[in-house]
Amino acid sequence: MPEWLIPFVASFIVLNVVIGIVTYVTLLERKFAARMQSRVGPYRVGPHGLLQPIADAVKLMMKEDVVPTAADRPVYNLAPVVFLLPCMLIFATIPFAPGLGVADLNIGVLFFLAVSSMEIVGLFMAGWGSNNKYALLSAMRAVNQVISYDLPFIFSALVPVLLAGSLRLSEIAGAQQGLWFVFYPVIGQLAFVAFIVSTVAAENRAPFDILEAESELVAGFRVEYSGMKFALIQLGEYAHILGASFLGALLFLGAWAGPGPDWMGPIWFLVKAMLVFLLVTWVRWSFVRIRVDQILALSWKALLPATLLLLVLTSIVVVWRTNGGA
Amino acid sequence: MSVAAPASRVEIDYAGGERLTMNMGPQHPSAHGVFRAILTLEGETVVGLDAVIGYLHRCHEKLAETLTYAQYPSIASKTDYVAAMTSEFAYVLAAERIGKIEVPRRAQYLRVIAAELQRVASHLLWLGTWCMDMGGALGGGATIFLYCIRERELILDLFESLVGARLLYGFYQVGGVRYDLPAGWAQTCRQTLDVIEQRIGEYERMLEDNPFFLARAQGVGVISRELAEDLGIAGPLLRGSGVAYDLRRAEPYSSYEDFEFPVPVESSGDCFARYRVRMAEFRQALSIVRQALDGLPEGPISSRPGLKSVAQIRIPKGETYARVEGARGEVGCYLLADGSAKPYRMKWRGASFSNLAVLPHIIPGHKVADVVAIMGSVDPVFGEVDR
Repeated sequence: MPEWLIPFVASFIVLNVVIGIVTYVTLLERKFAARMQSRVGPYRVGPHGLLQPIADAVKLMMKEDVVPTAADRPVYNLAPVVFLLPCMLIFATIPFAPGLGVADLNIGVLFFLAVSSMEIVGLFMAGWGSNNKYALLSAMRAVNQVISYDLPFIFSALVPVLLAGSLRLSEIAGAQQGLWFVFYPVIGQLAFVAFIVSTVAAENRAPFDILEAESELVAGFRVEYSGMKFALIQLGEYAHILGASFLGALLFLGAWAGPGPDWMGPIWFLVKAMLVFLLVTWVRWSFVRIRVDQILALSWKALLPATLLLLVLTSIVVVWRTNGGA
Repeated sequence: MSVAAPASRVEIDYAGGERLTMNMGPQHPSAHGVFRAILTLEGETVVGLDAVIGYLHRCHEKLAETLTYAQYPSIASKTDYVAAMTSEFAYVLAAERIGKIEVPRRAQYLRVIAAELQRVASHLLWLGTWCMDMGGALGGGATIFLYCIRERELILDLFESLVGARLLYGFYQVGGVRYDLPAGWAQTCRQTLDVIEQRIGEYERMLEDNPFFLARAQGVGVISRELAEDLGIAGPLLRGSGVAYDLRRAEPYSSYEDFEFPVPVESSGDCFARYRVRMAEFRQALSIVRQALDGLPEGPISSRPGLKSVAQIRIPKGETYARVEGARGEVGCYLLADGSAKPYRMKWRGASFSNLAVLPHIIPGHKVADVVAIMGSVDPVFGEVDR
């Protein structure tokens, strides 16, 4: 294979694997939620409902694509793509095993965080272009919330960066082969909790899903979308959650570290990412939604100062250790 | 009274800012039926609310004039379909009061059992839908909702084995009730009561130990005692605003004076107070059913022989207003009889209708998300509002 072809092949494979995992993550979530709610969940399509995601995808593809008459057509049509793009792009920097990834940037964490907050552009375009009051309110909330929670998200993600002394994701993972950062005394656990909370909020998952808020805003920014455009938005949302779960597993749970031979690494990584995903899902299905002003207050008054303090604390620990303290 | 005549539209005066008019309903995921709230928003804050009702009007009162006293009770249950027993109860009480018809004590106790089980079923549906309003159909609210539905199902099963129907019963009849308890029903009922009592405790722990729930419910949608009294709201809303008024106590009917039960009152008047009142009413209703099962007298279940024709019950000339304490408050039936087999005129006083009047007074000043929480805490059933 010629040298220049490798990135294309790699990204092609990663994209398809991600889309495959995302479709089945929806099934995982539905089964998990069903267990929590003493239901059965999808069961009819295929054995134990295993083909349900495929049935859903086919259904969405065959649905009529409705565009509201008064919509801002270019913005409306472009929004799902703009939304999906950063959600897929975040997988570029994730190393699934040592040396197995599309691009192991030396600013991997920074790239991930920067690209992941780009989804707000797509969200706002969808909300604005739909020309719908529910969607508009949702878009306004989106800007508020995503900006408020990106900061604590970044700060809590920077704690492992400080501990590992590198922004390169593979090095952060490598630094945890001995001790996972989540087990790092006090700092690790606090940072992990802060990371989970701000992930839930930054991904607009319940109890922070005020963008979707179907009891007030029906479906928020995607109320006017149907068919494949709706599917793209859903795909982007779940890809984003999946990406954040992988990031969580990488930053705190030691990525591919685990017993067994080396080729088990990616499997361990996937299992850990799924654990993070299920944790987020568990939170989602047990809390009632919190109000917009309370969300902002929680971020600016509690989470942001706390993570900032944690970051300072971590730097002190790191400086103390490198100067021969321990 | 201190509050001025309620204006149809209460607006808070905000300085500047652009206003947005948004329809919530008549078809909206959180409208408990077909209710249209026209909200005037300034950003996220609601500054005005216009309530539009009438989408579910089915001419119940006119219908009552065309149906006989034997037929209408099973139609009456369609006004408030979530607590169907209640309106049947009020209708037959009114007819019996005009006709001076005695009701055997066993029938009175059976009526109490059905009414209290219905209160539990109705409150369960309320708790589930209210949490779904706050928590979302794709979130923690749906979890509570499904738990509540699971328990409500047990009560519907009891009704099914008692009446044969699960939602709309026609259990009450002028002079008594239609069916006696089937064999083994009392035992099953006691087991169900125990299960529900235990689960109620689980819900309380799940909700009250949850800071997000408290943040959404406490201090939201405060109905002051004065406002509550002026608007004539009733039921858990009134008791949540500090007024200890329960028709079962204030004006006992159908042997309610035989039972020991507390009247729960909360003073703060917010959504959380209404929630607390209803949670206490779960236990109160369960205890009343237990007492009624324990002291269930023997005897006939109706004071009149079986009907050979639907027009057989004739009520002498007269008029009366009979009221019962339903799950949502005072359900009243004004009946005007002309001596024939059908009433000359009938008028419903729906608890939801009166309670709904409080919305334009308490919603302005809250956020959009609170609108659904407050609306849910009022627990309107639009079949009863529009009739």
